[in-house]
Order: sequence, then structure tokens, then C-alpha cells
Amino acid sequence: MVDLEALEAEARASLAEAGDEAGLESWRVEWLGRRGRLTAVLRGVRELPAEERPIIGAGANRLKGALEDAITARRSELLAAASDGPSLDVTLPGRRPPLGSLHPITLTRRMMERTFRDMGFDVVEGPDVELEEYNFDRLRIPAGHPARDMWDTIWVADDGSGGPRQLLRTHTSPMQIRYLERRQPPIRVIVPGTCYRYEATDATHEWMLTQIEGLVIDEDLSFAHLKGTLEAFVRRVFGAEIETRFRCDYFPFVEPGAELGVRWQGDWLEVLGCGMVHPEIIEDAGLDPERFTGFAFGMGVERVAMLRYGVRDIRHFYRNDIRFLREFDQFRGSV
Amino acid sequence: MDVPLKWLAEYVDWDLSVEELAHRLSMAGAEVESIKRSGGDWEQVVVGRVAAVEQHPNADRLRLATVEYGAEEPLQVVCGAPNLAQGQTIAFAQVGAQLIDPNTRELRKLRKGKIRGVTSLGMVCSERELGLSDEHEGILELDTDAALGTPLADVLGDVVLDIKPTPNRPDHFSILGIAREVAALTNGAVREPSASYAESEIPAEQRTSVEIEDADGCPRYTAIVIDGVSVGPSPQWMQDALSSAGMRPINNIVDVTNYVMLEWGQPLHAFDYEILREGRIVVRRARPAERLELLDGSELELEADDLVIADAERAVALAGIMGGAESEISDSTTTILLETANFQEASIRRSRARHTESGTEASRRFEKSLNPELAELAARRAAALIIETAGGSAFAGMVDTYPGKAHNPQVVVTQRRIEQILCVQPSVAEARGILTALGISNRWLPPDRYAVSCPPWRSDIAVADDVVEEIGRVLGYDNLPSEPLPGAVPDPDIDPERVLGERIRDVLTSLGLREIITYVTVGEDELASTTANSDSVRLQNPMNAARDRMRSSLRPMGLRTFALNQREARGGLGLYEVGKTFKPNPGRQPTEERMALALLGGESVASVHGEASRSVDFYDAKGVLEQLGLGLGVEFGLSAEIEDAALARGQSAAVSVRGKPVGVLGKVSSGVAAEFGVEGHVFALELSIAKLAPLMREDVTVSSPSVYPSAVEDLALIVDSSTPAGDLASAIAGNGLVESVELFDIYSGDQIPEGSKSLAFRVYYRSPDRTLTDRDVEKARRGIVRRLESQFGAVLRDS
Repeated sequence: MVDLEALEAEARASLAEAGDEAGLESWRVEWLGRRGRLTAVLRGVRELPAEERPIIGAGANRLKGALEDAITARRSELLAAASDGPSLDVTLPGRRPPLGSLHPITLTRRMMERTFRDMGFDVVEGPDVELEEYNFDRLRIPAGHPARDMWDTIWVADDGSGGPRQLLRTHTSPMQIRYLERRQPPIRVIVPGTCYRYEATDATHEWMLTQIEGLVIDEDLSFAHLKGTLEAFVRRVFGAEIETRFRCDYFPFVEPGAELGVRWQGDWLEVLGCGMVHPEIIEDAGLDPERFTGFAFGMGVERVAMLRYGVRDIRHFYRNDIRFLREFDQFRGSV
Repeated sequence: MDVPLKWLAEYVDWDLSVEELAHRLSMAGAEVESIKRSGGDWEQVVVGRVAAVEQHPNADRLRLATVEYGAEEPLQVVCGAPNLAQGQTIAFAQVGAQLIDPNTRELRKLRKGKIRGVTSLGMVCSERELGLSDEHEGILELDTDAALGTPLADVLGDVVLDIKPTPNRPDHFSILGIAREVAALTNGAVREPSASYAESEIPAEQRTSVEIEDADGCPRYTAIVIDGVSVGPSPQWMQDALSSAGMRPINNIVDVTNYVMLEWGQPLHAFDYEILREGRIVVRRARPAERLELLDGSELELEADDLVIADAERAVALAGIMGGAESEISDSTTTILLETANFQEASIRRSRARHTESGTEASRRFEKSLNPELAELAARRAAALIIETAGGSAFAGMVDTYPGKAHNPQVVVTQRRIEQILCVQPSVAEARGILTALGISNRWLPPDRYAVSCPPWRSDIAVADDVVEEIGRVLGYDNLPSEPLPGAVPDPDIDPERVLGERIRDVLTSLGLREIITYVTVGEDELASTTANSDSVRLQNPMNAARDRMRSSLRPMGLRTFALNQREARGGLGLYEVGKTFKPNPGRQPTEERMALALLGGESVASVHGEASRSVDFYDAKGVLEQLGLGLGVEFGLSAEIEDAALARGQSAAVSVRGKPVGVLGKVSSGVAAEFGVEGHVFALELSIAKLAPLMREDVTVSSPSVYPSAVEDLALIVDSSTPAGDLASAIAGNGLVESVELFDIYSGDQIPEGSKSLAFRVYYRSPDRTLTDRDVEKARRGIVRRLESQFGAVLRDS
């Protein structure tokens, strides 16, 4: 009697040794081919004694199915092994696709803009090279006024054409006037922009800086709205738990004037200047200052970036050392 | 401005700690920049009480004092002072305190010690040990009811507040001005200093006259003449006051003028009357070549713009800045002319900038725009003090030349306005109390108005909201309500260039480039070597003389920054900037044009573990442009017709959109790159956002992908080697069934005729509405080939 169990064991052992497609094919020929060993058993069934015939026949047919499954399984196994490739040193460095980045001032500016947009503010920009009239006179800072000392100015050289005096804007506040020239209340706008000061630089002073100006004018707005708006801004930028305070301060184009400070790592730090728009500015815009009131504010983007990211020297920003720029990769998507 | 608290206490009382006082002043607008304590910090020195005194067991002259000092347990110290007695309030230094060693006069840290076998856990201090005086005979007995344990610095010595006035508050440059703030902030009242003195029968006009030639420069000049003065040291209290405020005592006359300046904020000057020719004053601009020697010994050559105080013949003082040496008060002076004047701030500022480094105490005050009304008050106060401290007698009244006298209008403020702005409604009594404490005279005009006038020491109360601020800041901004913004959100003004700039930032960032923001000023030479647009706006006072131009191109600073970072980048480097350039317009503001500049260099494919790397080339830069086009939804066209001296010929192209030029792409010429320190090649992509913005597509529809399969075929064509591959690709793509076309091979050499090249394109055919048959594709291909044959003389290559 044919020992089907021994036959199966031998066939499976031999299949396990087949390592490629050629090996599989020769195994198939040996076992399942027309002259294969299992085929021979099946062919010999009818010559067997009658009592053995059904047992061996059924057994051999079952074995044929099993071996066919086995070679299919082995083929998949070999295929998988071949396509997985050799084993690697996973500690070798990877091929890095280049990581682009926004400048930290752009990151911070956008975060601040988004915060104001969420509160319904429009965003516009104005010229960097301004007329003296807009930068100073129309903001109630005439020539010779002591408040002009608050802004050391870089002037444009006289081109001999007899045109009005020009300067690099010392603040974004001239856009208050320009925006009022083209819009009527309700006004709710911020103006990001680069400003310039004729000022010696050190770790906390830079002659080129980015400001965000704000102007809100509507009927009967009060200092309470100034506080509510700016406190909301500061909470969104520095966290809901931030402590704030408003201190009296002076800017010629607001009255009352204030400075907003936050308690940051234990110290009170000034974040922005603000105040109620001076009634003469509202009147100059052709509006009734008894009816329309509002507030204005201005803040430095660098200052906010320095606080948020713990930058200790403001001069890093415009030096653009890639080692500094890379530091901000870790904040991607978090602002 | 140094404000010594002892001096401040002459005019106002307060019941606050130094820190709280400083805090309230700061919050109300008189910013206290620092708190300085005279006599040292006296850390660990506190108010104590001698609870018991016993004899030292081992020394006749020493005693043991049990000192209570606010802690739970009293301490025992050994003391040698003869005046020590039970019940005394004393200065108790704990172990660790820094005291002055009475012998070496140097600071020494107090340690725990044993004196003749008895442990001493501190010290009862003498004045010398505290640095207060030389007194060391006995201990200092304090006259205070402060609680035991109170830091000594709080009860003894002086505290000086360093206050930084805002430009609108010259009164914050005076002790009285700060006293008024304190009064308002503590519901107190100011004690006005005395300004009365006996005057002789003879009017001052008989001794002097004042002529003002320049009324704009000098709105007011008052002169008081006092004779019979004896010049000598001023009284100790005045010397102490001046020293504590940081001024050096000189003599009684000069000290009074300084004292009153610090008290009222109004500078004064005393002349030796006998030196003044004809005993009279002329305020005028300097004469040609006029010279003046100042008190500090400097010799000035005056300019015609300088305002001077002169006598009948020559300048005797630089107005509002410093007196002259010649007419200085000396020991032999017996008659003085006391000047209390008002000068225009701009004139003072110009002379100060011309002749001094940082100005004087006087010029600092005049530059803040003083109210001319203040002069008279200060003049009378000074005359009274001079007579008190130097004797003499004043001629009656003063010569008061006041061409600049202005009407001081009443400011009317309504209750409604106060509530409209502050969102609170203080009671009439509360509002009036605040104004009165500030010295602002006010009347209540029922039913709802206040009439207010600006006091002489201020000039900033001009409109109703100025009064509203006074009330708001004294109430405290932090005590005012806070509300969210009401009302409708206004429609935005969309600025397409701003939006496009932000989109370009996003796409370039996603392509692996890093944004830089560089300074806007450059050198003219840097512009000349990098751009044809070197016509630039020149600055009058640039931060750096070598960079006195507003950039007309982003290139110079971009290349400089690229060079700076090449070494650190290790491998490939891609930087970009989005920013403005400036083009001059004579007589008008410059044209500000938003630009984008991307710079690429180094390795395109970075090498890792020894694999081959490849340097960035033109097609990497072009790839960035193509991807940017995809990201922005515009198709950029390139043309080799370009005139740009900064870019390498043959490796640069003009960039256009629908035929309109928008920028350039190409290799920065080696000479320019080297000039800016760039190593190797750098490729630039420069776009004008201003030019590109109007060419942007306004429709924002997207098409759905076809559900039918594509058919792919390769087409190899032989064309003249000068034929641009892009032109053939465009022609192929022109067929309606072609979805896309890619160039995948370029070949010349064997089997290709001389002067020709073979271009192999992979063509994807697809229809949006059906599956293409072989016949469809073959028909389309024949059409394409016919077109290429006729248009480019292309020959289909057998495959």
C-alpha cells in the first residue's frame, strides 16, 4: 500500500527547498506533472485491489489539492521575499526633501493678522516712503513739536524738484489718515508694514521694524471697546491666562492715550500703544466727532515674535542666518 | 527726572509704600523707570526695639541687648554703645547685612560672632555703620512708629523716583508737578510753596528794561532786580535737596534758580546786574560773527539762528540753554537780575543741537514747550527764596515783556462726553475732586457741563477729551470697563497684490525654499552691478553711508544673504524674498513695486551615504517656476530673448504670462555672483508681483477627471537642432485629444543627420466622454505628424 503520508512529507520538504521560480517549476514537474510522482499514484489507483482503491484514490486526490495549494503559497512567499529586498542599516541618514519656511516675522505677522481678521478686521497696506505731512503733520505732530523727538527719522534726500518732504515712515499710523480718506465708518482695519527709525541698534532696537497699526471708528465706541478688543487680541496671542494692564501714555494722535502691558514670565512688558482717536483727526476726516469715536493702536511684530519664541536679540531677524531661520521649523503649523 | 521723596513730601502727603506710589504714578502716565535709595539698600537692616539690656558677664564696657525685630523670637546681640537703653527704637542689622566697617570705612558683611564668650546674632547700628554720617559715638535712635521688622530703607534715608516724562507733560519735569499727580491719585491736596516777599517802593522798571526783538523765539521775558544780596553757600536744606535730585550746589543765588527750576519745571537764570551794559536786556538773534563764552567755559561762535540774551552791547547768555561766563554770579555780586522767560521749543532745540552734546536741564524743559504763564509764578517763588537765603531787597514788581500772551480758552466738557469715551460716569464731586487735586481750575455748569481751564504749568489741556483723559487716568484705566466690539463687520478692501504676494510665499515655501526678509537699503554700486533699474531713491541720513539707496531690486541683498548662508546650508540652498522695490518719481512719492526673488544653488539632489549628487541647474530653477505656475494657476512662458546684464547669456530667459513680461529666470552671471561672495553658480527667478497680479485668472473652476482610460504613444521626431522642444510640445498639445505631452529623450549622433536632433515625446490621449479606439488615436497621431512636418519640417523617426 502506498504511504500517502510519507509521500506528502517528502513533497513538502522538497518544496520548502525550492528557492526561485525555476525550483518551483521542477518541483511541480516532479510531483504534479504528467509524469509526476503523485500523478503516477493517481494513475495506479485502478490497478489496486478493490478494497484499497477508494481509500488511496480519495487520499491521493486530497493530496493533489493540498500540494497545489502549497506551491501557490510558496510562490507568494518567494515573491514577497524577493520584492522586500535586502535588509538595510536603518540608522543611516535619510534623503531629506528640502523643507521650506516662512520668515519668523511673516509667521508672527500672519498669526497676528489672523487674530484680527477673526474679529472682523480688514487688512490693508500703505507706502513705506511717506510724505512728512502724513507721517507727522496730519497726525498732530507739526514740525518743532516736542513729540517729534519720539521718532528719529530717516529722510529722503531732496531731489531738487521742489516736491514735498519725504521720509521713511516711522510708524504705520499715516495709514490711519489714508484709510480715512477712502472709507467711511464703520471702520475696522489693521495695517501691517515696515517702519524705519534713525536709531542705533542693539539687542532690543532695530532700525527697520514691522508694525501692525489698527483703526476702529464707529458710532459711540468707547475706551471699553478699546480694552475689550485689545485684551481679546492679547489673550489669543499669549494665552487665555495672560494678565494685562493699561497704563496712561501719550501719542499726539490719540486722547486718552494708553500703553498695554502684559505680565510675561513675571515682568510687565509693554506690548502696544493705543488710545481713542483724537477728535481733531475724526473732524479732519469730515466726520462728526460727537457722533463718531474710535480707537487706534500700534504694535511691533518683532516684539511679539521675541516674546513668543524667546528670541533674545532683535537683530537676528533681518540677518537671515539660515541657522536662525531653521529654528522656526519646529513651529510649523502651530501659529 | 529725579524726584526725591523727602522733597516731594514738602508739598503732599501720601500713605503708600514706595513701590505702590511708584506703581500708581506709572499707571497714571508719570512712568517711574527706577527707584533709587540713597544710603544703600540696607538689605537685612530692619526697625527693631531694645526689649531688655543686661550687663555683659565678661566685659565692663559691653552690654547685651535683647532686640525684637518683628520675628517670633527676639535675638541677643552684644553692644558697646553708651547710649543703649531699653525701649529704644533702633536700626537692627541681621546676620548677612552689608554694613560699613567703622574703622576701614568699607562695606563688610555682618557675621554671627562671639564677643568675649557671648554669641552676638546681629548688630544695633550707628549712623556711620549705615553710611548716614560720621557719627559713631552711639547707636542711632529712630524716630518712627513703623512696625518692627520694617526695612530700614522704608523709614530712613531718601528714596528717589526716576521719572520719564512724556513729551506733553513738562510739569513732570518738576517736583510740584509730581506732587499734583500724587495728590490726585491719593485724594490729597498740594501745599503750594510760599512766594511772597517784601518789595521796595522803587519799581523794577526804573532799573532795567527788556526788549524782545524776536517775539516768536521769546513769547515772554520777566526780569526781577534784587540788590544788596550777599553771595555765599545756600542753606543746608537746599543743598541737600539739590544733591538728592542730582544737582551740585554752587551758591545761594544759583542754587535758588536751580531749586525753583526743579520745583516748578521753569528754568531761571540770574545775571550779575553790574556786568550788564546799561543794565538792560535785549532778546535777539545772534549777530554775524558774534561770540559767547558760556558758564562751562566753552567758547561759542554763534549763528544767526541762535537766540541770545544780550545787554545793550553783546550776548550774555545762549537763551534757554546756558548763561554766559562773564555775567556769572560771583562772590562779589551784590545786585542780580533774575530772568524767568519762555522760549520757543524749536528754536531752543536747534541751538542746543548746534552747541551742546545732550543739552542742559534748562533746554530739556524748554524743548517740552512750557506754558508762558508759568514764568511769573516761578519768578516770584525764586525772588522770595533769594531774599530768604541771600538777603537783599527786590525792586517793586517785575519787568514783564509778554508779546506771546495768548487767550487761554475755557474747555467745556460734558458729562455725556465723559461717559461716551470712558464708559463710566463719575459723580460731579468725584470729577471735580480729581481736577482740583491736579490744580486744574473747574466750574460745574448744571445740568451737565464742566468749564475747565489749563493751569500755567501745563499746556496740554486744549479740548474736552484732554479733560476726559485726566479723569480716566486718575480713576485708573484698569478700573474702566471692557467690552467687545459691537456692530457690523465692514466689507474688506481686497488688495490683489498683497494676496498674490502671500500666495507666492506659500507656494515657494512648499517647494522647499526659505523666506528671507532683508534690509531695504543698498549701495548704488550694488544696484549698478545687479540690475538695469539702478535709478534709485537716495536717503539723506542713511543708517550706513555706503547703503544710502532704497533698493530698486531685491537682487543685491538676496545675493548677499545667499552667500552668507552657503557654508551653513551644506548641500542645496533655496531662498526667496517677497518685498517692495522703489523707483523714484521726481517731486512725488516713489513707485513701490512688489517683487519676488528666488535664488537656488548648491546641490539639487543632496548626496547621502556616498550616492551621486547633482548641482542645481537652469532646469531646477525652471521647475520651481513651473510648479509656482501650477500653484498660482498661471502658465508662464519663457523666451530666450532677454537683455539682463546680471544673468548669464544663453542660460537665462524672460518670463511672461499671455505674452506680457512679468520677470526673468536664469543663471546669475559668474562675475556678479562672485562680487557678492557667492561660491559656484546661483540661479535666480525674479517676478514682478505688480505686473503678475492683473494677469491672474479670475475664474476659479476646476475640471473633473475623466473616467475613461488614456492611450499612450511615443513619438520620435527628427528636427533641426535649433528647433525649441517646447514649440513642438505645444504643437502636439494643440490636438484636441491630447491630454498631455512629455519630452522624455533628446538624442543626436549616430543615425541622426548632422545639424539635426531626435526628440522623443510621450503623448497621452484621452477623451472626456468616451474610450478612445486605436483608430481614434491613429487618426490623431497622423494629424499631429502632418502638422509637425509642415510647421517644423519634422520627420517621424522609424521605431
